[in-house]
Amino acid sequence: MKTKSNIERILESGEFVVTSECGPPRGADPEVIRRKGALLKEVVDGVNVTDNQTSVVRMSSFASSIILKEMGFDPILQMVCRDRNRIAIQSDILGAAALGINNILCLSGDHQKFGDHPKAKNVFDMDSIQLINTVKMMRDNGRFVGGEEVNGRPRLFIGAAANPFADPFEIRAARLAKKVKAGVEFIQTQCIYNVKKFEQWMEMVRVRGLHEKCAILAGVTPFKSVGMARYMKNQVPGMDIPDEMIERLGGMPKEKQSEEGIKICLETIQRLREIPGVRGIHIMAIEWEEKVAEIAKAAGLLPRPQLT
Amino acid sequence: MIVGNRKSFEEILEMIKPYRRVLLLGCNECVTVCAVGGEREVGVLASELRLWSAKEGQELEIREHTIERQCDHEYIDQIRSFVDEYEVILSMACGAGVQYVAEQYRTRIVLPAINTTFLGVTLEQGVWSERCQGCGTCILDKTGGICPIARCAKSLLNGPCGGASNGKCEVDKETDCGWQLIVDRLKELGQLDQYEEIIPIKDWSTSRDGGPRKRVREDSRL
Repeated sequence: MKTKSNIERILESGEFVVTSECGPPRGADPEVIRRKGALLKEVVDGVNVTDNQTSVVRMSSFASSIILKEMGFDPILQMVCRDRNRIAIQSDILGAAALGINNILCLSGDHQKFGDHPKAKNVFDMDSIQLINTVKMMRDNGRFVGGEEVNGRPRLFIGAAANPFADPFEIRAARLAKKVKAGVEFIQTQCIYNVKKFEQWMEMVRVRGLHEKCAILAGVTPFKSVGMARYMKNQVPGMDIPDEMIERLGGMPKEKQSEEGIKICLETIQRLREIPGVRGIHIMAIEWEEKVAEIAKAAGLLPRPQLT
Repeated sequence: MIVGNRKSFEEILEMIKPYRRVLLLGCNECVTVCAVGGEREVGVLASELRLWSAKEGQELEIREHTIERQCDHEYIDQIRSFVDEYEVILSMACGAGVQYVAEQYRTRIVLPAINTTFLGVTLEQGVWSERCQGCGTCILDKTGGICPIARCAKSLLNGPCGGASNGKCEVDKETDCGWQLIVDRLKELGQLDQYEEIIPIKDWSTSRDGGPRKRVREDSRL
């Protein structure tokens, strides 16, 4: 084992992994994180902590991760390239490792145009692939980007995201190959609704043997309503939601739609578990964290292995 | 060429309000080609200002003058004989021109009438598009001749990000995804294998990040 990461340990034991996420609040109240965390207790093996997602200012991923760490979780620190240059990124990597963070998820980051500060200057001193490689070089070679030696290497399990549905589709597996080459060890995918297309992507991934070099955790997000499904289909970049799914939700009376959304999510999880190379499930219940336990239980993913 | 947008009339008025004698200075280079600060645009802005002054009963003397280049002191020198007759020079050149005029006439107030935007090309009559950010280390050999620094909203060197949809950028549905263009072009060239190479973290010291840049060519100095 390269790190003390709980998900690395579970993956090495060959077991299926379950992760979820916790979005920090738009304020300084730590209780919000504690409340959201309490809903995920004994339900997940690791919890992603988003980094100013959709470019909206929130409590830092770093600070929120520490709060979850104190609650006994193994947080997955999300880090985007939008807001920090290589100096700040490497500094935060060292700080996170020093405070017992074991996992990092390397992301480019949403464009600031979507957030509450569209007039901000973005950084993008490096991209997600270069960030993956930066963490790997610091951890395995003990070197900073600038070439100097790292005294006390950061033992972080290295993750990244993959969107099997974004364009151009034909280079999606090649892009994952670049992430693997850069040093990624686990991947969490964009929310999967179009399972058929995901299967095609997994096929391309298996042809290249990438599923053996990094663990692929398939992402799911339950729909609360047909309105949410429509919004995601039309407004969220890089989403692939089949029309049948929208029709199925829309065919239900309003008060039954969220129940149907959970049902769809459970069916999706069952199908994903059968795809060779899928090593875990990443449940993103957006502002609906209370449903993660119910989904994990109904999907037969509980109990989770004990944290050591 | 360098492309710019003219500031709004209101913004220009706000800047020149305290003055009565204005030298409106055009430039015959890039800003003429992109139709924002050449002789014709100097004429248009001068007419707008004269109409305003007549309507408001505000005394305002405007002299229209366009020089070959505002980025060369030899041409800027050509206004030396009459520049002192004006309180203010309203330059319609790019930011480089505005500053160089100000450097040559240290006692004159020089104001910008243009917002300088990008280095670009003419797509069609009246449409210009950004192509280069002058980062100082060209990698067009690796990306099928399409620049990810200038044409990806995140300047990703190993794109595309997860937000590209139907070949368009997540930032704006009208804007092509720079990485889609790169992939398409590499495919056309039979070089898609180049996509698999990781482009390493960039040296930004050759860009603006290294401080103001200067180029000296010893062999062409006098």
